[in-house]
Formats: sequence, C-alpha cells, structure tokens
Amino acid sequence: MLNLDFEQSIAELEAKKEELSRVSSSGEINIADEVARIEKKIERLLKDTYAKLTPAQKVQVARHPNRPHAKDYIDALFTDFQPLAGDRHYAEDAAIIGGLARFKGQAVVVMGQERGHDTESRVKHNFGMAKPEGYRKAQRLMALADRFHLPIITLVDTAGAFPGVQAEERGQAEAIAKSIESCLRAAVPIISVVIGEGGSGGAIAIATADRVYMLEHAIYSVISPEGCASILWRSAANAADAAAALRLTAQDLKQLGVIDGIIEEPVGGAHRDPATIQAAVSAMIDAGLQELLSRHPSALKAERRQKFLAMGSKGLS
Amino acid sequence: MNWLSNFVRPKIRALVQKRDVPDNLWLKCSNCDAMLFQRDLAANMQVCQHCGHHMRLSPTERLELLFDEGKYTEHPLPKVLADPLKFRDQKRYADRMKDAVAKQGRSDALVIGDGTIGGIPTVIAAFDFGFMGGSMGMAVGDGIVAAAQLAVQKKAAFVAVPSSGGARMQEGILSLMQLPRTVIAVEQVKEAGLPYIVVLADPTTGGVTASFAMLGDVHIAERGALIGFAGARVIESTIRETLPEGFQRAEYLMDHGMVDIVVHRKDLRDTLARVLGLLMSGPKFGGGKKVESAFAGPHGATQIVLR
Ligand SMILES: [Zn+2]
Repeated sequence: MLNLDFEQSIAELEAKKEELSRVSSSGEINIADEVARIEKKIERLLKDTYAKLTPAQKVQVARHPNRPHAKDYIDALFTDFQPLAGDRHYAEDAAIIGGLARFKGQAVVVMGQERGHDTESRVKHNFGMAKPEGYRKAQRLMALADRFHLPIITLVDTAGAFPGVQAEERGQAEAIAKSIESCLRAAVPIISVVIGEGGSGGAIAIATADRVYMLEHAIYSVISPEGCASILWRSAANAADAAAALRLTAQDLKQLGVIDGIIEEPVGGAHRDPATIQAAVSAMIDAGLQELLSRHPSALKAERRQKFLAMGSKGLS
Repeated sequence: MNWLSNFVRPKIRALVQKRDVPDNLWLKCSNCDAMLFQRDLAANMQVCQHCGHHMRLSPTERLELLFDEGKYTEHPLPKVLADPLKFRDQKRYADRMKDAVAKQGRSDALVIGDGTIGGIPTVIAAFDFGFMGGSMGMAVGDGIVAAAQLAVQKKAAFVAVPSSGGARMQEGILSLMQLPRTVIAVEQVKEAGLPYIVVLADPTTGGVTASFAMLGDVHIAERGALIGFAGARVIESTIRETLPEGFQRAEYLMDHGMVDIVVHRKDLRDTLARVLGLLMSGPKFGGGKKVESAFAGPHGATQIVLR
C-alpha cells in the first residue's frame, strides 16, 4: 500500500506492526498484545486523519493508485458484463469502458472511465482520459440503453477529457456536448457515482444524471487544482490553495446541491478496504434505482432537466 | 460446451458426411496449409485445429450452430423477377444462376430461419458465400426485408449474418437499390423496439457493409473475418501504399470503432444469447407502460450515432 505524505506516522506504525508480526510467529505471547495495541492505534490515527482531510489531501486520496477503479466496481457489483466497443466512426477508446450487464439481476448499461492499475493498463486506458471516440461510444451506449429501456449507471473517475491536437481535430468539445445531450435525452434512470476524480467536462459528459453520488473522499471540479493554480496563482505550487478555493469536496458539493448523496468510505479511505466501499456503492445505487424505477420515464426526463436548471440556487452555509 | 457436443456437433457431422464425396475427406487449411480431416473440422465448427483459422460456414451450418438445439424453421426466399437486365458477360447471368442453384441447392444466397437463441425468439438471415460470392441482388434484398418483417411480426430479435462480396453486378442498379431497401428493413425492426444484431462473418464487404451490416445495435465479428467497403487490392492500387498488418480484419475493425465484440466461433452462440438476454429484459418501470424513446424517430439513434 502506497502511503500518502500526510500518513507518515501511520506508515511508521504499520512498519512496526509488520516487524512485530514476523517475530510473533516464533511464539512469544505478549507480542500479540503489542500488535493488537498498535493496530488499535493505527485505526484511531486513520480515523482522526481521514475525518479532517484538507481539500488538497482529498485530492491525493481521490487519485490514490490503489483506490478501486471502474473495472473493480463493475467486476464486484455487476454480473453478465458484456463489454461493448467502438464509436462506429474512428476508434475504440478504452479510457471509457462500458457495456451491458446486470445489477442485482436487473439488465442495465454500465460505463465509466478506467484509469488502469499498472503501466501497461494505464497506457491502454490512456490514464482514464477519454478522446472524442470515448464520448461517442458513451453516446452510443446511452442511446442503446434508451432503446431497450435499460437504466444507465456511470462510474466517474477521470482527470479530464484527453487534451491533444488530434482530439481537438476530431471534435472533443462536440463529443462531450453530445454526450451531455444524450444523458438528457435518455428516458431511463441514470445514476452516476464519482468514485475518484470528477474532472470537469470529461466527467459531466457522463454524469448528467438523475442521481449523482460521490464517495466521501472523491473530488469533482471544473478544473484540476494544479490547472487552476497555474492560471490564477500563476504557479502550480499553489495547488493546495486552489483545491480549497474550488470547493471540490463531496461535502461542499452536497451543500451546493450539485450532488445528491455521499457514500461513506471505510476508515482510511476506499483503497484500504475495497470490499466495504463496493458494498456501500452497491447499496446506494440500489436505493437510487428502486426510487427511479417507480417514476414514469417522461417524468424522469423532466425532473432531470429541472434538477440541473435549479442548480446555483443553493450557496454554502 | 454441452449444447455443442450434444446437438450441434453430431448435426454438423451428419451434414458434412451427407455432402462429402470420399475423395474429398481431406482439406488444406488456407491459412496454415495443415491437412485437415473434414470430419474433425466439422466437429470443430470449421475452425482449423492447428491455427484457429475460421473457415466459412454454410448458412445451414450457421443456423444449426446458433439456434437452441440446432432447431429452426426455414422460410423460403420471396420470388423475384429473374434476370431483369437480361445480363450477359462471358456467360449469361441466367446460366450462372442455374449453375449456382444446382450447386448450392437453394434459390439464392440467403437462408432465413426462425427459432430461439437462449430461449429468446429470434429470426436469423444468413448468407451463403458459396452462392455467387454471397452477392446481394433482389432475392437477397427481399429476403432481408422478409426476415426483418417476420421478426417484427413474431416480436423476435433479428440477427443478420452477412458473408458476402457485396452487391450483385449482374442485376445492375437494382442490386444497388437493395442498400436502402435493407436499411428500411432493419429500421422497421428498430422501430418495433426489437434488437437487431449483426454477426459479421468472413467476408463482409462492399454494398453489404455499406447498408444493413453496419447498422446493428450490437456488432459481433468472428475472429479474423474480413470486413470492409473497398477491396484491399483496389485500395492498394489507388493509394500506391502497402496496407497495414491485419487491415480490414475483425480485430482491426474493433480497434477502429466499428465492432463491439470479436469472438471465437465456439463462443458465438453464448455471446449472442447473453446480449439478446440483456437487451430483451429491460425493466417495467413507470407503472409498466411502454416507454417512449427520445431516440426514436427522425432525430433518432441513427442520427446521433452516424451524425
Ligand atoms: Zn490452419
């Protein structure tokens, strides 16, 4: 497990515990007590640290390489996953994975940005930064869901849409705009979960949803704190200031009425206990879906519009 | 693979034995040159045991492979005007047709069957490449229209399995008119809210790709299948460049966004069953009323997808 810079004392305790655990196998009894004591201390320290993470620290947690990614959630929460590929224009973009699947038996369309977990898969998925073809695939999947009355579940985790010359030439902006439009046109329930980083247009393209949930330590912003700092502070070194100023935490966004719910993470963050966070995400999606499935599809669309039209009426207290 | 060993394998074997002549028991793999015993090849769904090369299936082998228990009802192709242009190249089209009918034992290059896949009512239209290169003329076009309408009437999914060199030159402009006609056919299936799946088999080229074969809700291609609009030789001589490795093969098409799934033939039926099962089991929400689709109609999915 990679430890973040603010987890230094936790890392030290974990190293100590590790060391002791190795000794205890040689039969000394009181060492087990010591290990238990350290474990308790780690737990308390994690709890305290994660209860008051600063926005900049949340940025680090949201991007933690061991944090469960879209594919991990798809594998854990869905059955019968049948990946679908391609935009029917130019390419298959593995930055957005998606397809048909079942959620608790219910046929759905699921998609999300996948960041990859090692060098090879990160390159394959372009670090979760989709190109126009990725967003055109998303549009295609949303239209498919609409045609067959399948709810749509999206897992948002991207630093942003891929910035590149060819992506611009192929209409990155148009692809994102059409993807937002596709979300708004679909007469089926749409649930989005920001599982890590919700990076601007690249995120909203698949997160214009009836219910948008965020993990407790996920972030969602119009620009990355680094990008914001380099523009407004003229130095990326002010990223922490930007992170605070942007109000990109789940807690702030809930107050602003931009998101509908926060999914509590296990102590020490989602990456420390993937099974627990996956169960929590599953329960939240299930609750949202049950509620939305009772609505009439045309009401769903009207309410979705209304929800986004009403945004901005709530400030922070 | 129980369905395979229990039903399809013996059926295909029986079929192959029926049509085989004793001196034709061995066949050379066109990809790896291995000599293959035809009986083994049939038992392996016409996939080379040495290199995995997928050979072409006859349309009846295809239907037996895909339908549950290999069982289906075949529907005859509609009767069409024969040789409307009185076409003649080095040979009269009427004579070519006579030969093809005699050789293949069917009226034209398409077979229509209805049955179930994974329990889901499905109509399949499968091409016969052995019948004048699976070319699409009026009879094939009418067959696609009839098969699509049968699917609508039976509230069944529609699966097209092209294996075709393209439009049938000998029917001139009337074969070109099969492009819009087959597109209308699959539009009718979509308007009825039924799934339309294309199984791209080797080869799918020319006018067939430029019409119904590229408009599926889901595109499944068989491994290594040649799929494209213009022929590789035509492209090469036009642009005077050598073409990239794997050009116009199923895997290449997938990388380029045209195909959803590339499968080994042994997984084809299960994949189809899974996709159809998922598409045909949408929830009854909003009080169980039929959902009106924002994507249907003139500004519908095709517009969003094709721009
Ligand atoms: Zn071979």
